[in-house]
Amino acid sequence: MSVDHSVDQPNDAHGHEHPKHELSAVARRVYAIRELLLEKGLLTEHDIRCQIEYQEARSPANGAKIVTRAWIDPAYKSRLIADPKAACLELGIDATSINEFVVLENTEKVRHMVVCTLCSCYPRPILGRPPDWYKSFNYRQRSVNDPRGVMREFGLVPPDDVEVRVHDSTADIRYLVLPLRPQGTEHLSVTELEKLVTRDSMIGVMDALPTVPK
Amino acid sequence: MSASRAKFKAGDRVQVRFEDRPGHIRTPWYIRGKTGWVERIHGEFLNPESLGHGGDGLPKKVLYLVAFQQGDVWQRYAAKRDKLLVDIFEHWLEPAN
Repeated sequence: MSVDHSVDQPNDAHGHEHPKHELSAVARRVYAIRELLLEKGLLTEHDIRCQIEYQEARSPANGAKIVTRAWIDPAYKSRLIADPKAACLELGIDATSINEFVVLENTEKVRHMVVCTLCSCYPRPILGRPPDWYKSFNYRQRSVNDPRGVMREFGLVPPDDVEVRVHDSTADIRYLVLPLRPQGTEHLSVTELEKLVTRDSMIGVMDALPTVPK
Repeated sequence: MSASRAKFKAGDRVQVRFEDRPGHIRTPWYIRGKTGWVERIHGEFLNPESLGHGGDGLPKKVLYLVAFQQGDVWQRYAAKRDKLLVDIFEHWLEPAN
């Protein structure tokens, strides 16, 4: 691959600094494309910054809000399962960029777990960027042929009479697991309940936390 | 969603085609040739095998949620109740007995 090494220089013609550490070939390519888009006026620095801020603003806190509301309001839970995008909008969460969105409800007898064996498909508007392990070859292989082994590593050991359902999200559908509400949490406030809903419980590799973390 | 255009309905037994060809194919290798059943019809979506190579994705293809017994996919899988569910486009499915 031919790369214009001038983009590695700390002070090139347009006068702002680039990272000084060694860049991978892919990173150099990304910077080169960015320079071209700016030079040609297709994007501005402002556009790029806004997009980064938008990406960073999407976090598992969105998912925790949805799950908590479903725990405390059965009517909301029904709406969430019937029409997840509309139910997200009710809470001010925009999931419209997802082609199709499906909520998988865990029960005492069923645990769901989500993977994308082909790449890293993930419900980003609800959970933000996927964790590195979600994209690893290890998880993508073992989640489909040894999901119980993976769950065990996250501290979840479903009994034998529980059905484990692994969803390989290979196409346009994005899945969110609705974890079980832990027992003995009736007295907790909404804010406390939200703290029980971890990112990993919405991927389905673990249950929601039994108690509010210190 | 126009389920009426779908060739299969929920509950139908289906076998994933075993095909090896290049391109942006969203049917994972490990599930090709395996037999399961239609769990749900997701609807019609642009064809990734066209989109992935600069095409317009048309005509749209019906996408299914197909369920498999884990023991039918992996010989040594122990827990009998466990299922594997994969989103598969219609042209990768054939009727199975």
